[in-house]
Amino acid sequence: MDDLYREIIIEHYKNPAHKGRLDPHDLAFADSNPLCGDHIEITLRTDGNEVVTEAAFDGHGCAISQASADLLIDSIIGKPVEEIKKLDKDYVLELLGIALGPVRLKCALLSLKVLKAGVYGLEEASDELVE
Amino acid sequence: MALDVARIRQDFPVLGRDVRPGVPLVYLDSTATSQKPSSVIVAMDQFYRRSNANIHRGVHTLAEEATAMYEAARTKIARFINAPSPRQVIYTRNTTESINLVAHTWARANLKSGDLVILTEMEHHSNLVPWYILAEERGIRLEFISVTEAGLLDLESYRTLLAQGPKLVSFAQMSNVLGTINPAEEIIRRAHEAGAVTLVDAAQSVPHFRVDVQALDADFLAFSAHKMCGPTGIGALYGRLDLLEGMPPFLGGGDMIREVHLRSFKPNVLPYKFEAGTPAIAEAVGFGAAVEYLAEVGMDDIAQHEHEVTEYALERLEEIPGVTVYGPGARQRGGVTSFTLDGIHPHDVAQILDRDGVAIRAGHHCAQPLHEKLGLPATSRASFYLYNTKDEVDKLVEGIYRAKETFA
Repeated sequence: MDDLYREIIIEHYKNPAHKGRLDPHDLAFADSNPLCGDHIEITLRTDGNEVVTEAAFDGHGCAISQASADLLIDSIIGKPVEEIKKLDKDYVLELLGIALGPVRLKCALLSLKVLKAGVYGLEEASDELVE
Repeated sequence: MALDVARIRQDFPVLGRDVRPGVPLVYLDSTATSQKPSSVIVAMDQFYRRSNANIHRGVHTLAEEATAMYEAARTKIARFINAPSPRQVIYTRNTTESINLVAHTWARANLKSGDLVILTEMEHHSNLVPWYILAEERGIRLEFISVTEAGLLDLESYRTLLAQGPKLVSFAQMSNVLGTINPAEEIIRRAHEAGAVTLVDAAQSVPHFRVDVQALDADFLAFSAHKMCGPTGIGALYGRLDLLEGMPPFLGGGDMIREVHLRSFKPNVLPYKFEAGTPAIAEAVGFGAAVEYLAEVGMDDIAQHEHEVTEYALERLEEIPGVTVYGPGARQRGGVTSFTLDGIHPHDVAQILDRDGVAIRAGHHCAQPLHEKLGLPATSRASFYLYNTKDEVDKLVEGIYRAKETFA
């Protein structure tokens, strides 16, 4: 069986635990991967902007982008916002538990890029956020 | 005559490789770029090993050889598309640069604010963005021939647009997504009746079937070597002689000038007027070898073979539950099949197929407006060329079933 499509990834893709949109929310951010049309929106509720209390993602795309978004959201609930600012590429790859080529890496990192642009309060998400 | 595909496959070294040990390559991505036969690889290798020199001004033996090879290739390319003269074949980097050349020179000299340029909804970005740039800069107006449900150009909408007096009609002879072969002769004839100049994006047509610029009566026609068994980094623009002669130069520099003085220059004659700087010489030699190879195999036989493989692929793909194929039936289609699979993103389909060595493309294939029209962020695309077989279509279909299992 192919590593890339481990059961855990297919499972999070088909039955995401955190898919949807929090309304009201304290923070929302969205971005797309223009190459493949993957789209992710993340909404967060925080405890006075200190700790993430609730989080959700919405959007569409390939299994890698959607599964990594679900895994990422799951992992940040209860985390201090300051800690989220420090998350990097390796963090997501560890969550996924797979190695990825450069093209699919963009799919995997889209959710982290969106999340970090959101918590930093940026106008636009940039690839530098997840390097 | 039917192609001897087994023998043709021997001409392409890469087709003999395994993607991973024990997994042979099934290359179904020739619409992105074709593979290269040994004759092209050897021609370029020989050029560098024996004849490499800069062209046109040197008087030594190698410079003369290199110049002769560079120009002989142009003559072969001109013959391949039945251009009246090699002077009407300008070397460029690719189709994109050929279209940009027309947008920068002919269009800037001839179009003014409010002038209408007709494009189509199925264009590749290379035949859209140069015109968007010009629209911003010049205020030219852009209108689009619409695409029908069946994936064909709506010639009724074309008639309406023609009544508005366009200056240019620029369109793809074959869609790189839907595979649609557009009625180029009719489109050009009607454009001319309306007094418009025509530009044909022939990136997907010249590699796959006989294209005769005189029979088409095309004013400009653009194509790339790398999609027709030649190297990357070189393409061509064919142009009508009087248009090319009347156009200002494109890039400035060496080779494109006849005289240069401290404060002025006189441009060179055709085709050199449009070829500034040291060009892609070895690539031109490879381009020449590529058209020679295709001509020897025979373009009509290549077209017939691709038609048979495509017809079979459409049949097989359409019988898979959950697969939707976009575009017209085999009769109006070249060797391109774009499809989606319910519940599985095209990227995942392509990735799972790669496990079996099957190389297809996933994405919007540089035709985002067309995908917006179809209401899809992306599609998977399998495309066929002279070296592909029905067995390879079977491997594609097996791979799609495996993708379905993975996601079941």
